Amino acid sequence: MAIGSSTNLGADQPSDLVPPGPDPVTAPGAKPRRSRLRLPSSLKVLIGLGTLIAFLLLAVIGPWIAPYNPAETFSTTVSFPQPPSVAHLLGTTQQQQDVLSQLLAGGRSTVLVAFVAGLVATAISIVVGVTAGYLGGLADDLLSMLANFFLVMPALPLLIVIFGFLPASQGGDDLLIGLIIAITGWSWGARVLRAQTLSLRHRDYVESARIIGERGWRIIGFEILPNLTPIVASSFLFTVLYGVGTYTALAFLGLINPNHLSWGGMLFYAQVAGAEQSGYWWLFIPPGLAVALLGTSLALLNFGIDEFINPRLRAAGLTRRRARRAGLPGAARLPRRFVLGLTPVVRYTPLAVAGGAAANHQRDEGGSQ
Amino acid sequence: MRVISRRIGFYILTAIAAVTVDFFIPRVMPGNPVSAVLAKMQGAVITKATMRALEVQFGANTPEGLWGQYMHYWSNILHGNLGISTSNGMVPVTTVIRGALPWTLGLVGTATVLSFILGTLLGVLVAWKRGSWLDNLLPATTFFQAAPYFFLAFLAIDLFAIKLGWFPAGSARNTLDFPALDWTYLSDVLDHAILPALTIVVASAAGWVVGMRNVMITTMDEDYVLIARAKGLPKSRVIWYAARNAILPSISGFSLAVGFVVSGALLTEIVFSYPGLGFILLTAVQEADYALLQGIFLVITMAVLLANLAADFVYVFLDPRTRQEA
Repeated sequence: MAIGSSTNLGADQPSDLVPPGPDPVTAPGAKPRRSRLRLPSSLKVLIGLGTLIAFLLLAVIGPWIAPYNPAETFSTTVSFPQPPSVAHLLGTTQQQQDVLSQLLAGGRSTVLVAFVAGLVATAISIVVGVTAGYLGGLADDLLSMLANFFLVMPALPLLIVIFGFLPASQGGDDLLIGLIIAITGWSWGARVLRAQTLSLRHRDYVESARIIGERGWRIIGFEILPNLTPIVASSFLFTVLYGVGTYTALAFLGLINPNHLSWGGMLFYAQVAGAEQSGYWWLFIPPGLAVALLGTSLALLNFGIDEFINPRLRAAGLTRRRARRAGLPGAARLPRRFVLGLTPVVRYTPLAVAGGAAANHQRDEGGSQ
Repeated sequence: MRVISRRIGFYILTAIAAVTVDFFIPRVMPGNPVSAVLAKMQGAVITKATMRALEVQFGANTPEGLWGQYMHYWSNILHGNLGISTSNGMVPVTTVIRGALPWTLGLVGTATVLSFILGTLLGVLVAWKRGSWLDNLLPATTFFQAAPYFFLAFLAIDLFAIKLGWFPAGSARNTLDFPALDWTYLSDVLDHAILPALTIVVASAAGWVVGMRNVMITTMDEDYVLIARAKGLPKSRVIWYAARNAILPSISGFSLAVGFVVSGALLTEIVFSYPGLGFILLTAVQEADYALLQGIFLVITMAVLLANLAADFVYVFLDPRTRQEA
């Protein structure tokens, strides 16, 4: 049977399921190779990772490769934004500053705030989530309640009130901004981590560690945390993405010190100049696109982690084209597209733990009923 | 029912916490809000009473202790008194919010529900046609999800309002007065609402698509779906069986998302100069109108909590397991 045989083969060669990487085809009979970390082999992940690295690089070198000083005013007589020209590849702003320079230099602040927010929020979510899941009882109830409270509270309006009261002199400090954003962004991760810790707590290897007499922090650090890695990574990316969006929104509202250069701040000035009404597209498309691409790269990476945690989410089961490309026998008899009940689905779980994580993750989203 | 009463209890606690946070923020933040407001109000006549009201509001210069102020704050809120809006000529904050709220409820409410329905249906379709060209939709939705709402709003205005001229570029209606609730008025309002609503739908539907697809794919591997298919039920029935089980996480995820969506929608309103809460929020920020800022935060929080409660009701209604537990 085509179904039976290819299911077996598929289970031996998980790399067949992944879109063409450098060398996706394993010849039949060749020894199945299984790389330790298969994450980077998916096309989505590769694109996401590449884009993210490019943005990180931009954050480091951006201010140095900017052709002009982003704050420099080139003309005091012209009062309209000038369209792109040879001297100014992306045109000028209303204040006659070079848009390209602002774009290159503004990435640093955006990326820095987002990563500070991501790191701090992830740290908080690990502490709260793992503690709540591991301890259980009253501590769990209180910590879960705290997380749920932050979860339902609309974050942006809260941040707007906080930043509204923050004196302008402190509104341009990237670390402080990231810290404040992190306070509103940790709850989702904490909830997922708590659910997963809860399911790990009574696994045999954790129980045996406890029976041996391992101390609590050691069990958490060496038995539980390593098995939470994919979830921690996913919630980190999620919070960085949240940080990018939130910081941009706050700067767009003019709540961040307007002299502090960022992509959100550029959008603020675009709005002030009435760019969308007057067709000054070079004022809002470059920064907006930069934010969107940075966010997309993070989301693509997150897709990859999701698919790593739950292999069933991968684009397709074993379809005819892929099976043929992989040189599997019986490829011609496979349906062209995924058909329920006919397409062999590879039930291969990279980590015994992670498989449960995805299911739990979904169940946890079911709320705290 | 116990589940519902527990949830209601939780939301009441959250509401109390929100009011408390609202009370403490001006008191713990560095800087002096009273002088900031006065600085913004240069030229306006400031009576002793105004000065006094501001001081009471932010807890400056009062002999009252913190606890007394807190109690005072609560009694004000319970009496529907959110302070005075300095940026709108000393009108009560509640009046300003009442003027803006219907626009936001109409626009954001409709758009949110619409995007949930559309996104969920699309998610079912993408999951069912797994492996077809529809899979390419996912990276595209990722882009829309990651792009800031207001950036999409910029693009929508530039393209559909300015270049193509299909829709008005901003505001909610042509005339400022309210003539009569007739067709001309309604069509005018609709005409102005389509573009912002479309922006919100496009920006927020992506999240529902991905969420629904992921759960749907997992559900489709369940044996009962396979059985339904194997015994020859029509395809639509099979999809229905899988979809109605897969939608549960989406509905409970609604509570996670509604805060995001509302926040994004407020920013969209700003770009479209739509006279809703987002728009007065911007004025409040620009004019350092703290009372209005705090009032809007409270109103949005309460609205989000109510939406959450509604989602919980629907969830309990749809999933018998939650009722059994009680």
